[in-house]
Amino acid sequence: MQTRRQTLTHTAALASLLLGAGLLPLQARAFNKAAFDAKGLQDAMKALGGGALTESKDVMLTAPDIAENGAVVPLAVSTTLAGVKHLVLLVEKNPSALVAVFNVTDSVEANFATRTKMGQTSDVYAVAITNDGKALYAKKEVKVTLGGCGG
Amino acid sequence: MADPMRIRAQAAGDKTTVRVLMSHEMESGQRKDASGNLVPAWHIQDVTASLNGKQVFSAEWGPAVSKNPFLQFVVKGAKAGDKISITWKDNKGETRTDEATVS
Repeated sequence: MQTRRQTLTHTAALASLLLGAGLLPLQARAFNKAAFDAKGLQDAMKALGGGALTESKDVMLTAPDIAENGAVVPLAVSTTLAGVKHLVLLVEKNPSALVAVFNVTDSVEANFATRTKMGQTSDVYAVAITNDGKALYAKKEVKVTLGGCGG
Repeated sequence: MADPMRIRAQAAGDKTTVRVLMSHEMESGQRKDASGNLVPAWHIQDVTASLNGKQVFSAEWGPAVSKNPFLQFVVKGAKAGDKISITWKDNKGETRTDEATVS
């Protein structure tokens, strides 16, 4: 006969096992909230695990010179480098600098485009984080005539 | 439930350009409503794409991506007739998946 204590111990062990097994894959793909909450450029890069920023010609950022409407700024980032893990878009003067992180895999080209919001005229950074943790960037100033981050 | 995404996937050689328009409010969490209260952030966090059921692309987005987001990426090795499916998940846990055929 099983005592109540034994039953409880077993249940707890089973629960932690299930949790452990279920949670691990989830955590591996969890949303990196710290990085998206980080205010500045350096903080966001630190949270993403990139090293010191180095300028590179092999990272291409396509952005307009002047954005009439800061709510919709088309940005494109691409790179010719090999061994890139993430391509990251950042807007320096936004309340949180990090805009988007694209994960580069073997089946997609390191070439992505999207549209972002910009609060004010600012430098836009495209950063390629390589497998060995180097952070290479290209930047461009985009002038915003009408901000898109507030009312 | 959010409106369906508009997906177009066009093959050229061995590369397929996928363009997606999603329908989402993408509230930044910075904006105030008429009575001066902050509107809480509500935005897409995760976007994944798979080709014939195998995941090929993933991205994480912050609130600074525009309303009704546009996304473009290039998949290698897809051919006409293949299925591209896109899934997004927002910070309220809502998700949506839509599928398109490569042309």
